Amino acid sequence: MTTTTPEAPRSALSRIVAAGTHQRVLAFASLIVLLIGFSIASPNFMQTSNMIAILQATSVNGVLAIAVTLVIITGGIDLSVGTMMTFCAVITGVVLTYAGMPLPLGVMAAVLTGAACGACSGTFVAKMAIPPFIATLGMMLILKGLSLVISGTRPIYFNDTPGFSEISRGSLIGEIIPAVPIPNGVLILFIVAAVTAYILNRTVLGRYCFALGSNEESVRLSGVNTDRWKIAIYALAGSIVGIAGLLIASRLNSAQPALGLGYELEAIAAVVIGGTSLSGGRGSILGSLIGALIMAVLTNGLRVLSVAQEWQTVVTGAIIILAVYADMMRRKKVK
Amino acid sequence: MLSRRTLMGALGLSIALASAPAAYAQDEIYIPLVSKGFQHQFWQAVKAGADQAAEEFGVRITFEGPDNETMVDRQIDMLAAALANKPSAIGFAALDSQAAIPLLRQAADAGIPVIAFDSGVDSDIPVATATTDNVAAAALAADKMAEFLGGSGKVAVVAHDQTSRTGIDRRDGFLNRIASEYPNIEVVSVQYGAGDQLTSTEVAKAILTANPDLGGLFGTNEGSAIGIVNAVREMGSEGVTIIGYDSGKAQTDAIRDGLMAGAITQNPVGIGYETVKAAVAAMNGETLPEIIDTGFYYYDQSNIDDAEIQAVLYD
Repeated sequence: MTTTTPEAPRSALSRIVAAGTHQRVLAFASLIVLLIGFSIASPNFMQTSNMIAILQATSVNGVLAIAVTLVIITGGIDLSVGTMMTFCAVITGVVLTYAGMPLPLGVMAAVLTGAACGACSGTFVAKMAIPPFIATLGMMLILKGLSLVISGTRPIYFNDTPGFSEISRGSLIGEIIPAVPIPNGVLILFIVAAVTAYILNRTVLGRYCFALGSNEESVRLSGVNTDRWKIAIYALAGSIVGIAGLLIASRLNSAQPALGLGYELEAIAAVVIGGTSLSGGRGSILGSLIGALIMAVLTNGLRVLSVAQEWQTVVTGAIIILAVYADMMRRKKVK
Repeated sequence: MLSRRTLMGALGLSIALASAPAAYAQDEIYIPLVSKGFQHQFWQAVKAGADQAAEEFGVRITFEGPDNETMVDRQIDMLAAALANKPSAIGFAALDSQAAIPLLRQAADAGIPVIAFDSGVDSDIPVATATTDNVAAAALAADKMAEFLGGSGKVAVVAHDQTSRTGIDRRDGFLNRIASEYPNIEVVSVQYGAGDQLTSTEVAKAILTANPDLGGLFGTNEGSAIGIVNAVREMGSEGVTIIGYDSGKAQTDAIRDGLMAGAITQNPVGIGYETVKAAVAAMNGETLPEIIDTGFYYYDQSNIDDAEIQAVLYD
């Protein structure tokens, strides 16, 4: 109960870290409570296959949430992640299925396409001073349209690239420990999370990410080329979205060109539940990861309990509001 | 701070516990239906049929589907959650057959029979498919259209999509019948409106603008048909015969008002009913036909209030 220490004013950085930690504890605690609650309510919830199903369901949304977290910390928002993910998947389909190129090139195509799309959004926001909401809303539609055009509105299947579905569906862990066949998609999610958390907390790029979100003007006045850093952050987020594109395409063994709308909001919801502030300057990758897990556990748990679908939606909405409210109350107290 | 955490915890727990009564005795027969959609009236009618069969055969069912028909991965997640509950059988309407194969195989390996409904699954895993013969139904629409046009004129099609089985079958069923039986009827355009009323309206308006002498329009599902009706209404076009598909309040109203000549209706209630019935039969080891035809009807002003038609229409 004593987070407000009266002695020596703490540095901005340590306050950020402390605040983030607390929200993560809160989010983590809710995750545990949900897991326990559902386990008590249904004997079928806590079984290995269902836990793996939950992790599998988290993988795509989790990676998207990580990407959006970066942009949100800069004080921006990215509405294009859902359709950008689809666009990357479609480009991979073009490279692998239409052009018949080898698997590694397809993987690179997805990541580079994402980075390029992100750099575009970043340029609109930084150089052209278009508000992020509008710039990425535009990108969302452009990429949705392009996906449909390029694919001829038909799904592109990856049947000619046998290894492709292994990216998400295969299980390296399962080969070592057969009892826990955690799919590679989940492994990739955790690797992406670890690498991004490292970039955010240990590199210059990460420091500028927080600085831009806290006070962009003062960063600019101190002689930093803020435009360049902002574009770099959007591009990094884009390349992570490219990985999400690979994951979903691999999981479905196809690039589904019409899919994608609505996924951005779920990613943003996961980020917010994880305690990242929409006003920028504060947030964490671990938080978003937990946020995405909470969403997946909630959805799966309510389904396993056979709660009517109408009510599942209501509950999910209520959880989002409650999570943000709890966070706001906490910050008010800190102040 | 602690209170906040407790609040979250209490909420989580209360959700879990409040829903606990919905949890079940283990010996109960449980059949989840994973559908292509949920909110559309069509799917609600399928659900009504499934509920009816569930009551009749004394089984428990759940009915779920993603928010829209593009969310292929969400449907897979639903299938995974359904499997977690160790069901006795599963009903499944695939958005994309390929994507679901690993989970369907898992079900088959566990000895859980899978019944496909609405559109089929391109696989030998489902023991039966409860569906409308969409090709024959759309051919009937073509016959009716030709009747109205007196065997000659220009027609166009507003279809819901070019990838799903139903989209392809209805479009081709209509086009092939026109091509083979009615040489004097020209199909001037086939366009796609994603089954969305607004998109279909714009599509139909473009067709009407491009072809002022158009004699007839066929919409391949509820959204497409209502889109056509909107377009004709907004443009004040006259002399265009509209034939729709499925029902829903807006479409039945258009038929009563005389704006729409008639429509094909599937039997969504029958689809739901037959799916659950087949699931129970499969569970008991009975052999089933590969395709269970759930039937279709043509309805117009003259028979819309017949009991037989009213039973399969939905609002």
